[in-house]
Amino acid sequence: MFKNLYRLLMLTPLLFAFNSYAALEIVITEGIDSAKPIAVVPFKWKGDGVMPGELASVISADLRRSGKFNPIGQSSMPQLPSVDAEVDYAAWASAGVEVILVGSVEPYSINRYLVTFELIDVLRGQITGGNARVLSAGKLVDAKDHVLDTRQIVVDGNRFRRHAHYISDIVFEELTGIKGAFRTRIAYITVKDRNKYETPYQLIVADYDGENESVLLRSSEPLMSPAWSPDGNKLAYVSFENGNSQIFMQDIYSKSRTELTNFPGINGSPAFSPDGRQLAMVLSKDGNAEIYVLDIASRQIKRMTRNKNIDTEPSWTPDGKSIIFTSERGGKPQIYRVNLASGKVRRLTFEGEMNLGATVTPNGQEMVLVNRTRGNYHIARQDFKTNAMQVLTKTFLDESPSVAPNGAMIIYSRLHQGQQVLSLVSLDGRFKARIPAAEGEVKSPSWSPFLL
Amino acid sequence: MQLNKIMKGVFIALPVVTLMACSSNNSSQQAEQASTNQAAQESSATTTSTGATVETGSVARDKSPEEIKQEQKAELMANQTILFDFDRSSVNSKFYSMLNEHAQFLVQNPGETVVIEGHCDKRGTPEYNIALGERRAKSIETFLQNAGVSRSQIRVVSFGEEKPVAMGDTESAFAQNRRAVLVYQ
Repeated sequence: MFKNLYRLLMLTPLLFAFNSYAALEIVITEGIDSAKPIAVVPFKWKGDGVMPGELASVISADLRRSGKFNPIGQSSMPQLPSVDAEVDYAAWASAGVEVILVGSVEPYSINRYLVTFELIDVLRGQITGGNARVLSAGKLVDAKDHVLDTRQIVVDGNRFRRHAHYISDIVFEELTGIKGAFRTRIAYITVKDRNKYETPYQLIVADYDGENESVLLRSSEPLMSPAWSPDGNKLAYVSFENGNSQIFMQDIYSKSRTELTNFPGINGSPAFSPDGRQLAMVLSKDGNAEIYVLDIASRQIKRMTRNKNIDTEPSWTPDGKSIIFTSERGGKPQIYRVNLASGKVRRLTFEGEMNLGATVTPNGQEMVLVNRTRGNYHIARQDFKTNAMQVLTKTFLDESPSVAPNGAMIIYSRLHQGQQVLSLVSLDGRFKARIPAAEGEVKSPSWSPFLL
Repeated sequence: MQLNKIMKGVFIALPVVTLMACSSNNSSQQAEQASTNQAAQESSATTTSTGATVETGSVARDKSPEEIKQEQKAELMANQTILFDFDRSSVNSKFYSMLNEHAQFLVQNPGETVVIEGHCDKRGTPEYNIALGERRAKSIETFLQNAGVSRSQIRVVSFGEEKPVAMGDTESAFAQNRRAVLVYQ
C-alpha cells in the first residue's frame, strides 16, 4: 500500500501542489498522458511581505483534476513571467507547453487585492512574435491574438481560493469550450466506526475539491441519498433517526430542516425536478417500492409507477417531462423511462445482467448508470439515441454515480481495500482518480448544480 | 461445505452479537434478573470460621408467567437472524423451525411486538438494496402471518446495506450481512 502510494507520488511530483489539509484529497490514477501540457506561472506579488493567499497552485490543481490538462511544475518552467511582454514564447514552446497563464497580485484597498492575469497561446505567440496585425476598418492594428484572455479582478483577502477557482473556470472554458465546474460543491455521507462513535453517520458538504468540509447533520442512525435542489441552496436526504426511513429537506446555509415524508415503509431516493418545485421519490406505503412525485408546496403526492416489482432510483430528464428509474419488472433490475404526462413506460437498457442507479447527464442526451456484467458492478454511460453503452470504470463495486453540472466528470462510490471511497472518472473514461478518506467510509456523492 | 463452516461461525457469533445488541434492552435485564433468582435458589456450601461446614437449601419458587415469558423471549433473542442467498428474498427452509418458535411466542403473547429488520450486502446500489431489504423483511412477515401472528404485532423496516454486521468485501462478510433480524420491542 505504501509502496504503491510512494510510486504514485514519484510519478506525479506535482501532487505537492494540492497542499491541502482537507479530509478528502485526490490521487490521480489514470489519464495524465492524454492531458494537454499547460503552465500556471506563480502570480507575481507586488506588495510587502508574503502574498495573502494562494492562486497558482489552486488553479494548477483544478486544471489537473479536470483530466484535460497536465500543468507542469515550477521547476520545469523556463522563466517566471508575470505579463505577456516578458514571455519568451520559444522557450515555453520548447519546454513542450502550449498555453501559459501569467499574472500578478497587488494591494488595492484594506484587505482587498487587484489580480491581473493573461492566458497566452505560446505557439501562436511564437509564430507572430507577439505582434500579429490585422486589418481593421482599413488600418493595420495590433491583434495580440495569442493572448486568449486578459482580465483584472478585485479579490477579498479571505477569498483567494474561491477566486482561484473562478480563474480556473475562465481558463477551462476558454481552452475547452466547456463551462468550468470548479466553483461547485459535493454532498456525501460518511460512516465512521459504529462501535466507537455515538453519531457515526454524517451528511457533509464540501467544495468540489474536498476543501471547506461542513457537517450538515450527524446521526446515530443511517443517512442516505443526498440530492441537491436546482438552486444549490437545499439538500433532500433520507434519515432513519426515528427508526424508519424519512425524507428531509435542509437549507445548507441556515440549519433549518423540514420533514417532507413519514410514510410507513420506504421513504427514499429523493430527486428534485429541474424547476425545483417537485421531488421524485420512492415510497412503499402501497405495498412495494414505487416511484412517486411530491409537489413540495402543496405536499400532494402522485404515484407514477404501478407494478408488483421493485421500482426505484428516479432521475429527471432536464426538460422535467419524464423520469428514468430502475425496475425489476422484466426480472432483473433494468432502466426504464416513464413519461409523466402519458404514464407510458419504456425499457432503455438491455446490456449485461443488471443496470441500476441511472442519472441523466445535464445535456439530456445520455445517462450514466451502474452496469453489472459477469458479476462486476461498473459505471457506464448510455446514449439515448443510439443506445450504445460504454463501460467507464474497472474498480470494485462501483455505485452512486453523480455527474458534474458541466457534464465533464462523474463522481461515484466504490470499494477500495474493503472500504467505500469516492472516485472520479471523466465522461470519456480516460481520466481516473481516487479520493482517499481520512477515516471511515465515504459514499452517496452528489454533485451540486452550478453555484453563484 | 464452505457454507456449512460459515453457518457454524454465524451460529457461534450470533449469541454474542445478540447480547451486545440487547444490552440496553429492558426486557433482557429482566431475563437476567430471572436467571439470577434461579441461581440463588440452588444450594450452596460454605465453611464457617470454626471450620464446621453448613449447607443451606431452599424450595424452588414457582416462576411467574412474566418470568417464563421473559425466559422464552431471551431464548428467542439468542436466535433472531435469518440469512438469505445473494439477491434473494425467499426464506430458506432451514430457518422454518426457528421462525415457527418466534411465531408461537408471538401468538401466545399478543401484547408482544416485533420489528423485522431487512438487510443486504454491499453489492447492488444502496437504493435498490433498501427495496431488496424490505422484500426480505416482508417475506419473514408473511411467514409469521401464515403461522398465525397478527399483523398488528409486526413492523417492517429495511436498512438496506447501511448497517452491516460484518465489514470488508469477503464472501463470508457478504453472507452474514444478507439477513433479516427479529427485534422485540
